Amino acid sequence: MENYRIYGATGEWEVVIGLEVHAQVTSQSKLFSGAATAFGAAPNSQVSLVDAAMPGMLPVPNRECIRQAVRTGMALNAKINSWSRFDRKNYFYADLPQGYQISQLYFPIVGEGEIDVVLDEKSPETSTKTIGIERIHVEQDAGKLMHDQHPTMSYVDLNRSGVALMEIVSRPDMRSPAEAGAYLTKLRQILRYVGSCDGNMDQGSMRADVNVSVRKPGDEFGTRTETKNVNSVRFVMAVVEAEARRQVDVIEDGGRIVQETRLYDPDRNETRSMRSKEDAHDYRYFPDPDLLPLELDQAFLDECEASLPELPDAKRARYEGALGLSAYNARVLTSDVETARWFERLVMATAANAGKGEAEVAKQASNWLTSELFGALNKLGTDLASSPVTPDSGAELLGLVASGTISGSAAKQVLELMLESGDGAAAIVTREGLTQTSDTGAIEAAVDAVLAANADKVQQYKDGKEALFGFFVGQTMKAMQGKGNPGLVNEVIRAKLA
Amino acid sequence: MMADLTDLGVAAIRDGVAQGTFSALEVAEAFNANVAAAGALNAFIVTTPELAIAAAKSTDARRIKGEALGLMGGVPIGMKDLFATKGVQTTAASHMLEGFIPEYESAVSQKLWDAGAGMLGKLNLDQFAMGSSNETSYFGNVISPWRRKDGGNAAMAPGGSSGGSSTAVSARLAPAATGTDTGGSIRQPAAFTGISGIKPTYGRCSRWGIVAFASSLDQAGPMARDVGDCAIMLEAMAGFDPKDATSLDMAVPRWEAGLNADLRGKKVGVPIEYRMDGMDPDVAASWDQGIAWLKDAGAEIVEISLPHTKYALPAYYIIAPAEASSNLARYDGVRYGLRELPDGAGLQDMYAATRAAGFGPEVKRRILIGTYVLSAGFYDAYYTQAQKVRTLISRDFAEAFTKCDVILAPTAPTAAFGLGEKSDDPLAMYLNDVFAVPASLAGLPAMSVPAGLNREGLPLGLQIIGRPFDEQGVLNAGLAIEARAGFVARPERWW
Repeated sequence: MENYRIYGATGEWEVVIGLEVHAQVTSQSKLFSGAATAFGAAPNSQVSLVDAAMPGMLPVPNRECIRQAVRTGMALNAKINSWSRFDRKNYFYADLPQGYQISQLYFPIVGEGEIDVVLDEKSPETSTKTIGIERIHVEQDAGKLMHDQHPTMSYVDLNRSGVALMEIVSRPDMRSPAEAGAYLTKLRQILRYVGSCDGNMDQGSMRADVNVSVRKPGDEFGTRTETKNVNSVRFVMAVVEAEARRQVDVIEDGGRIVQETRLYDPDRNETRSMRSKEDAHDYRYFPDPDLLPLELDQAFLDECEASLPELPDAKRARYEGALGLSAYNARVLTSDVETARWFERLVMATAANAGKGEAEVAKQASNWLTSELFGALNKLGTDLASSPVTPDSGAELLGLVASGTISGSAAKQVLELMLESGDGAAAIVTREGLTQTSDTGAIEAAVDAVLAANADKVQQYKDGKEALFGFFVGQTMKAMQGKGNPGLVNEVIRAKLA
Repeated sequence: MMADLTDLGVAAIRDGVAQGTFSALEVAEAFNANVAAAGALNAFIVTTPELAIAAAKSTDARRIKGEALGLMGGVPIGMKDLFATKGVQTTAASHMLEGFIPEYESAVSQKLWDAGAGMLGKLNLDQFAMGSSNETSYFGNVISPWRRKDGGNAAMAPGGSSGGSSTAVSARLAPAATGTDTGGSIRQPAAFTGISGIKPTYGRCSRWGIVAFASSLDQAGPMARDVGDCAIMLEAMAGFDPKDATSLDMAVPRWEAGLNADLRGKKVGVPIEYRMDGMDPDVAASWDQGIAWLKDAGAEIVEISLPHTKYALPAYYIIAPAEASSNLARYDGVRYGLRELPDGAGLQDMYAATRAAGFGPEVKRRILIGTYVLSAGFYDAYYTQAQKVRTLISRDFAEAFTKCDVILAPTAPTAAFGLGEKSDDPLAMYLNDVFAVPASLAGLPAMSVPAGLNREGLPLGLQIIGRPFDEQGVLNAGLAIEARAGFVARPERWW
């Protein structure tokens, strides 16, 4: 991999990046209250007395949120702290009813871990980089303020207030926009596999604070800025690029980088100062006296461990190894947990239908899924999640091909009709009369007719123009309206021309 | 006409109602009348005679149907206005929450209503429970029913923060009342007014629905005429609550049934560090008397040491304000309570104006102290050190309890002082908590029982501190003192 460099008037600069990712924990209720967490509910319809910080209300930790954070830590090969503690981060804001956020500063629930990212899929061996995870802690989300609803007043929606977040803090281990993008993509992939966060960045359930500094290669770390709440992989990469460029320009113009919080403006592709460290809050962190330290027993940890699914890297290796898939197919099919699930159901059903082992049908299934179905869905402008073809109906189609009932070309036609109508493969084949014939008598008759009608080409073939073989096959298939078993057709023609 | 019903305590009322000697309605009406006539004491912020009547009628109806009446069946009580009561204004004696009517009922008050109690009204207190004399209430100070026997008419402090509670029980406005104790707020007012009060082990009573002062210290408990009544009412108030993460997941003992004043085989510890130079001679004499009484009850007296006692008060006045500064951040004018919105004010201006107007001087002082000790650069020097002291104090007690079963000490260094005598000197006021605070920091059960009167005719209390969860041991020692003190003094009615 070539090193990413920013070229300034004084030479080359290196960018140093760390990400703090806020991931909303997938759970029915909030971190410390029983209120619901569904996205898109009417404003202030999911607010308990605790979330509104009514006098005398108390937080009680939600076991499921803790469980999800622990499972996430385990998936990132991180140290799980069986003793952790909640702290209060104190500041006043209208979206923060308690006047403090319950978080974990001093003793987070998850310690150091790591993520391997591949930067160049063409040569994964030489482009894999390990990005360190410093910690994961759980904390409450704030509410939402709307300033555009009234000329002089702001509106507050507390639905999100108290929702559980995991803050996943990386080490400053990334050195290019591509690395930052790859890290965030991989992290999102793992979270979705684990099921601890839905990763919906456009709904705000995953967002990143991007820490960027620049330095001359080999120098000490420079002063960093933190660009808050960046909500897509693309924007994270853009922030790194824009902010690194800005910092180089500032320094080369004789200026100095101030440690500050910045915001990204996607319309102008630039970051803007939000507040500097000088007017930063003193958050007065201290242990939340409403909560006892969180102590996780071995049974709980064991259950978390046992509940972990196969993770992306392991799955990808298994697809390539045990299932014999191409590297490309293995990567595509494991990129998202839902795709992998779809594929595995397809393989399972296909193998069951054929009475074969999964390894025997996996390759065919993966090729059909990645080229035929993805292609067809792409053409329709839709995706797997909303596909009318299910893994079971796909397996039915693959079974018809494997048994020789229909030809590969007919299968394409059947798939189109399945996507159109939602009907099953066998029903369509019957209705459309697409069953291929393996009747050698009929095939021989058709071949004889084609060879007789093209005596000149038969001669040319015999004179050495072997490319004409395909012509005879095509003509025979055409004569049989595509229903001839291609294997048999080939066989018969070869015999007759011998 | 039978004896005045308002002279009866919890057990006598409960039993009398159950036996049909009198009706719960008669009891409620009698106490309602006393409450109505006692405006001069300013013990209540709001009175709710209709709720006391409704509860009484319900109890009487259950009795007629032969149904169980509950631990507190037919007993009207006063509710400290720190407990959220559904549909009834809950203020914490602050302007900030003036007019605030909760849509929820605190866990402890709900348990009391479920046990058959009825509510006479919401009792005055120090604002947000911060004070030792009830002078910080936004609704004016409570006047103790007691007066010095010096011919003067000086108004006396009823103690604090549960000063409305102590006054109401002492003046026969209620047979019992709820209190909360963060650093002595049940025990010190009980001592000042000649009644009994117990702060149970931290976690015994749910904090859910109690306006928070200092979460790691706040604990509810009963205040009543005698030890037996405290046992009954504590039984009704205590119990595990999944809505409070610090609640103790333990069964509630049958304290009333377990009462036993025979202390043979028990050891009573007397902490040497509590005997301070220049101690009030009446207080010292009362303590000695208490030692003699417990010896008479069969206990062995042992000297114990609690070496970190002198650091308890400073540690308390770091930890409690630190927690309070954060707990009180929610009063911001955004969602409920007072909102001051000067013309053209932005959000920060509204916060400042609201909190400036909504909090009294003592509350502001503690928010400032708490904010200061948690600030970057000061946190380790103050908060962390105070937490270490707290751990050492707990260790002191744990060590002491290897040598004794309960500890006997004065409740407060003095009897009640006059209103205004200490209000200009916060430190002198804080010093009044010196004997109460260590048990709070260690989360231990502790109670105050009346021991007699000082030379001015004012009540003095003795404090019993027990092991964690050993409320029974505390109550039993209290009962032994009560049996020997024969405390029957009561304030002469002047209001």
